[in-house]
Amino acid sequence: MTARLSLIAALLLSTATAAGAAELRIGLENDPDTLDPDRSRLFVGRIVFTALCDKLVDVNEKLEIVPQLATDWTQAEDGRSITFTLREGVKFHDGTAFDAEAVKANIERSKTLEDSVRKSELASVESVDVISPTEVRLNLSAPDSTVIAQLSDRAGMMMSPAAFAEGKDFSSAPACSGPFKFVSRVAQDRITLERFADYWNADAIKLDRVVYLPITDTTVRLANLQSGDLDMINQLAATDIPAVQGNANLRVEQVTGLGYQGIYFNIDNGPQSENPLGQDARVRQALNLAIDRNAISQVVFQGAFTPAGQPFPPSSYYYNEAFAAPERDVEKAKALLAEAGVATPVNVDLQVATRPESQQVAQMVQAMAAEAGFNVNIVAKEYATLVSDAAEGSFQTSAQGWSGRIDPDGNLHQFVTTGAGFNDSHYSNPEVDRLLNEARTIIDPAQRKERYDAAQAILQQDLPISYLYYQAWLYGVDAGVEGFKPYPDGMIRLQNVTDAD
Amino acid sequence: MLNLFLRRVLVAIPTILLISVFVFALQKLLPGDPVLAMAGEERDPVALAAIREQLGLNDPLPVQYFRWLAGALQGDLGTSLRTGQPVTQLIVQKLPVTLQLGVMALLIALVIGIPAGIISAVRKGTVTDYAANMVALSGMSIPNFWLGIMLIMLVSVRWQLLPASGYVPPTQDFVQSMRTMIMPAFVLGTGLAGALMRHTRSSMLGVLKQDYVRTARAKGVPERRVVLKHAFRNALTPIVTLTALLFGELIAGAVLTEQIFTIPGFGKLVVDAVFTRDYAVVQGVVMVTAVGFILMNLVADMLYILLNPRLRSA
Repeated sequence: MTARLSLIAALLLSTATAAGAAELRIGLENDPDTLDPDRSRLFVGRIVFTALCDKLVDVNEKLEIVPQLATDWTQAEDGRSITFTLREGVKFHDGTAFDAEAVKANIERSKTLEDSVRKSELASVESVDVISPTEVRLNLSAPDSTVIAQLSDRAGMMMSPAAFAEGKDFSSAPACSGPFKFVSRVAQDRITLERFADYWNADAIKLDRVVYLPITDTTVRLANLQSGDLDMINQLAATDIPAVQGNANLRVEQVTGLGYQGIYFNIDNGPQSENPLGQDARVRQALNLAIDRNAISQVVFQGAFTPAGQPFPPSSYYYNEAFAAPERDVEKAKALLAEAGVATPVNVDLQVATRPESQQVAQMVQAMAAEAGFNVNIVAKEYATLVSDAAEGSFQTSAQGWSGRIDPDGNLHQFVTTGAGFNDSHYSNPEVDRLLNEARTIIDPAQRKERYDAAQAILQQDLPISYLYYQAWLYGVDAGVEGFKPYPDGMIRLQNVTDAD
Repeated sequence: MLNLFLRRVLVAIPTILLISVFVFALQKLLPGDPVLAMAGEERDPVALAAIREQLGLNDPLPVQYFRWLAGALQGDLGTSLRTGQPVTQLIVQKLPVTLQLGVMALLIALVIGIPAGIISAVRKGTVTDYAANMVALSGMSIPNFWLGIMLIMLVSVRWQLLPASGYVPPTQDFVQSMRTMIMPAFVLGTGLAGALMRHTRSSMLGVLKQDYVRTARAKGVPERRVVLKHAFRNALTPIVTLTALLFGELIAGAVLTEQIFTIPGFGKLVVDAVFTRDYAVVQGVVMVTAVGFILMNLVADMLYILLNPRLRSA
């Protein structure tokens, strides 16, 4: 009997983790896809890469490009090349040295690997010249101001060329030069990394191990944080903010992200575009004005999400005050519908993902739009179906979002230019195309902004997308974790993060 | 007996083939494009077209099916669209996890269900019987996900006694493995315990009415011996069959339970694969499960014969 009791006691009370080593356990919302930066497609993978793979350049909290593996860079006056000075003494996790040849091999792999999804990001890079072991030049086919921002993300991640050599499967043993090196991965369970002793900035790394655990259910993810099994969770649900704040052992960290959530209108993508909203910009304007964005943020997101009226987040240099989130104006919305001469109520299908939060937002839109003369029919769809229906034009309006990129081009060009990958609306305006293409080639930020402002002025009238709010990155953090700073790009940077327990 | 066994195996082959066609067809009927689902935030049309071509998704469906079948017959179930890992490797990784969950859940179900069934049959119509019935019915009707979340909230969050989710292999750390697995196994096991209890009870009730039980009692055999030896042994046949058939329910329950407790097993593998339209994984997992289910049925049939000598000559 005593033996049985003590066994039960041991089962219940034995401590969860080995004492001593500082280990940070982070709950992610999803299991990353392949751990190969050239093949990686999902947002969540970038969080793991942030610890695993250093990039040529990084961004700071103000979204400025700052040195990482490159200490300095200059873009030629004609904008057609960028020369990088590389950090000396940097090693990859497999012990090989990082140098200009490695940069060349990496960029070329991103551009030529059969299933690389980095090709479009580096499309303007024509060739790479090794000037010296610490100097490398990217030659561009045309002036391109977006390349440098791309190099602050997966396209700029430097892998050990030895690890992706012929016949090697990089993703099964990824070797980069980041602060942590790969230990093991169990699909859908965990990815374990450990401190890389030869890291160039080793002093800033205070943790011995990091474990990323994908836990899709937000309630269970939070429960793991509350029970002490996790030190930190990504994508805390806004509805759980009070629960975390009410717990003395936990705190909420948050920052407004780079992405947005909005409503995409089907303007010319197949027969379903033949509805009042698809055919007349005034009807879209009316719906846009019928929505009280502040109310959505307060009711569904505890006020954590900032109302949006444009694709660029407030933290961006390219954000324009003139296009801030519109105030609700039901009278004006009604007037616009009258001017458009459509019969009210205007019937419209709104497709949304089956997530509870998305459906709550849709219900609020439905109620608010009803007052202006819309009869919104909510069609909830499982996410994969929502996405492919939108791409195929099988929608009237679709509530979708974007995780955001630091360069303005990444938040706008592919959504509204003619024939672009995410342009599910099939919106097409030659002037917008011209302005956004031109903005890509201008290096001077002020001049670039002029193009974006001009394009936005047109888009605000044509309204292929109605922006609703900017998502905030919400983290639930254990009190023992210190030094963590949230960044607008949503990455978890582990420099100077400590964990007391 | 051997003859019967062989006959059953032969019947199983067309069944398995049929299942494979069925699963293949069902998946293709699912709305949602696998390449878009796997593309996530990368929408470069050229890259997507290349992926589609590389995966052979442009070929006619029969071609895709027979390519899969040819591979499967050689032990190659294809590769996951999402992670690029071979499906067989994923299955080998995940199967032990679900087996552990299943065995533990089944043990819990047996330990609760059979004694409860016997007791309530012997004490038919008493308060004990009603109480056992009520518990069994609640076990069957309380949804797994609700019980799971409640347990996590109480045991992990409030009392902080057990980990809320995750998995540790028993070979790595046995105690920790039991700690992570006990709650999910309990959730899954209690659902099955109810069914087992009801079956044991009705089977026992039938047997207890038999003449030989009355004879045994008349001879003065102690009641305990009458119940356990004379009655229970004979009541066991349908229970064994049911237990083997519960395997299917166990797998179905594991799908939900693994989702709640974030256990990286078979169930989670297949659900995540359905959401990401990872066809090869869904196909592989369902096939392995189907084969397992058919095997369990075969085992049940054989056990049935072993336990009931009258069937042996048949």
